[in-house]
Amino acid sequence: MASIAANDALPVPAAAPAAGEGLRSRRLVLSHFWLAFAAFLIACVLGAWQMWARSPLDAPAHTASNYFRSVTLHGVAMAYVLSTFFIMGFGYFVAETALGRPLKWLKAGWWGFWIGVVGVLMAALAVISGKASVLYTFYPPMTATPWFYIGLVLVVVGSWIWCGVMIAEMSFWKRDNPGQAVPLAMFATVANAVMWLWTTVGVAAELLFQVIPASLGWTQMVDVGLSRTLFSWTLHAIVYFWLFPAYIAFYTMAPREAGGRLFSDTMGRLSFILFLLYSLPVGMHHLFMDPEHSSGFKFLQMVLTAFVSVPTLLTVFTIAASLEIAGRMRGGKGLFGWVAALPWKNPMTLATGLAFVMLFFGGGGGLINMSYGMNAMIHNTSWVTAHFHLIFGGTVVIMYFAIAYAIWPSLTGREFASLKRVRWQLWLWFIGMMVMTIPWHGLGLEGQWRRVAAFDYTDPIIATWGPWVIVSLIGGMILLVSAVLLIWNLLPAGLGRRTVQVYRYAEAVHPPGRVPAALNGFALWNVLVAVLMLAAYGWPIAQFFADPPPQAVIHHMDRGID
Amino acid sequence: MIDHGATERRILKTELRWAVFVGFLVLMILGAIVYAGISMHINPPSNREFIDPKTLHLSGEFTEANLGTSVDTDGQVTTRVIATQFSFVPQCVVVPANRTVTLRFASPDVIHGILVSGTNVNTMVVPGYVSQVHTEFTRTGDLLMPCHEYCGFGHSQMLATVRVVPPEQFRPGPDGKVTCG
Ligand code: HEM
Ligand SMILES: [Cu+2]
Ligand SMILES: [Cu+2]
Repeated sequence: MASIAANDALPVPAAAPAAGEGLRSRRLVLSHFWLAFAAFLIACVLGAWQMWARSPLDAPAHTASNYFRSVTLHGVAMAYVLSTFFIMGFGYFVAETALGRPLKWLKAGWWGFWIGVVGVLMAALAVISGKASVLYTFYPPMTATPWFYIGLVLVVVGSWIWCGVMIAEMSFWKRDNPGQAVPLAMFATVANAVMWLWTTVGVAAELLFQVIPASLGWTQMVDVGLSRTLFSWTLHAIVYFWLFPAYIAFYTMAPREAGGRLFSDTMGRLSFILFLLYSLPVGMHHLFMDPEHSSGFKFLQMVLTAFVSVPTLLTVFTIAASLEIAGRMRGGKGLFGWVAALPWKNPMTLATGLAFVMLFFGGGGGLINMSYGMNAMIHNTSWVTAHFHLIFGGTVVIMYFAIAYAIWPSLTGREFASLKRVRWQLWLWFIGMMVMTIPWHGLGLEGQWRRVAAFDYTDPIIATWGPWVIVSLIGGMILLVSAVLLIWNLLPAGLGRRTVQVYRYAEAVHPPGRVPAALNGFALWNVLVAVLMLAAYGWPIAQFFADPPPQAVIHHMDRGID
Repeated sequence: MIDHGATERRILKTELRWAVFVGFLVLMILGAIVYAGISMHINPPSNREFIDPKTLHLSGEFTEANLGTSVDTDGQVTTRVIATQFSFVPQCVVVPANRTVTLRFASPDVIHGILVSGTNVNTMVVPGYVSQVHTEFTRTGDLLMPCHEYCGFGHSQMLATVRVVPPEQFRPGPDGKVTCG
């Protein structure tokens, strides 16, 4: 593969940033992480119960209304709370450590946090009360109590504040360091913030102009095709929002943790820019099976979707090459000897390896989802649910764990009491995810559909699915054990010796001194995103106004009309 | 002295080579998808045909008498089904094997979706639109047709049967209709 390895003399690493005073944003970062992981733990309990309820075994408290209440809470907690708060917390950490200076807008960060907390509580209470069982996708014309949506909007507002802080911190730093390359970790974080601002436009428009007025009773009818289209604007890019921290860890953490260097800093910048560009104009691949769009735009967005795989494939190569450098620096020889020479006891290295295995399986499945025709076999089946558990719950979330493990000592000033328990947690997550999702994919191909409170196992076709659902349930239980271990590891009870650590990111084989302006900021790329979005979504949205379809009557799920 | 320029150029060259390979791979995959789509006549529902959810059961195509499977004078087989909270009307439809069948769905209330197990029949049913799928069933027997989009607490019970019969057993009545009964 990469012929440049340890035998090439490498430039001397720059001096480590001066140790000394602890992180100023420490409490802010920890608050975000703890909220994220608390939501995660609760959601894992619910997930395991859902799997039980779907199986032929008798689950406690098993009613349809409990099931959909649970799936709504699980989906919202995982997709909106765990992800958003983890990403924000990690962003503040990166801004302080990668730029090597305290946050100028720390206060704003706290505002964002508390607005988000209020939003989470509002939405969670709405779901628990049973007045918001609309699932995390809340497709109209079914509507929940307005508190649910207002809570979600507050979470988004909190995240917008985060975006503002990230962008501001980068531009302050650039002003103070003219001509210098923004450190890759921060560059990527800001790429994500910029992408997230674009991403949320779709769902924000849907909520503010369609869903909230309907749920308040101000409007009686809704254009469902339009709301699905606006939601699709958000639905793909949000996945990359979740994914970004994992890629930031691949590029800027894993190479050093494995004892090597990042193969190419430029390739990192390019990949993050490509994510910004291609994550957005592709959301209509979620609408392949919808009647409100003609095939032309579906086809266009499918072609663009194919290009989203480019930055991922570039990443796989660059990271594999970086790990190869590490393996060879550690004395690994031969074609694959470097793999064995990697420090697999290091949690970040282990998690990266496991994440790549899940990415390999998940990516293969993704090709099927993406293709215009084959999508018909799997749309809204368990295949889809299994797929995003593998990629999001697997690849992405295992890297969230790895990031937390990597930076925890510098946040808490304590080392882990047992790295062995840390590794066990990662292995169990990987094993649980494989055991849960492999049969789940198969069930999807057999036609098992998603979002079902209970299957009728007396039906001869459905009866054959039973044993596989039980295997998935076992996988889910393993995941639950892993989730509990995670919390144990991170709580004071799981920590040991005191330590003073300053987190250091990976050096590139060629540390960038100066980079072209295009690879150091986002002005140009924002223009390109605007052009792409206009081309991809301009007419698909405009058609609802040019040629308005009949509207649907609002169904208030919170008023007991159904 | 280490020649930084040389390593840098080498890294760039390796990355570029890989990027070209990736570009090629993506084009190949796209080609395969397009080819499969065209050669297997796979067309997702994209007819963009409006129908008013408030009145669809009162007049026109989706009134009760027109639901289910019917064969028109040119021998075209069309199956019309209403997806509503929480059942299909009708709950069972008959279709012939090895003949092109046009399935048409509409919803008077919320979003539903259907798939037919073991086939690639799959569409969302969005209020405001008629969803249309052309297909040919190859295996005979009773297939499941569940609603696959969450539509309320009764969603899990929303399940219909597609009865695929051999062509010789598919005999329309005088009104052109074929029913499960
Ligand atoms: C203990 C681990 C987990 C188990 C046992 C589990 C299980 C489940 C089950 C059974 C469903 C319902 C599927 C259906 O009704 O069709 C579900 C839905 C969902 N899961 Fe998980 N899950 C777990 C972890 C995760 C993680 C880590 C994530 C992402 C970070 C995640 C994200 C989601 C989302 C977004 C949904 C909503 C799907 C929908 O509304 O259709 N889950 N999960
Ligand atoms: Cu997507
Ligand atoms: Cu349904």
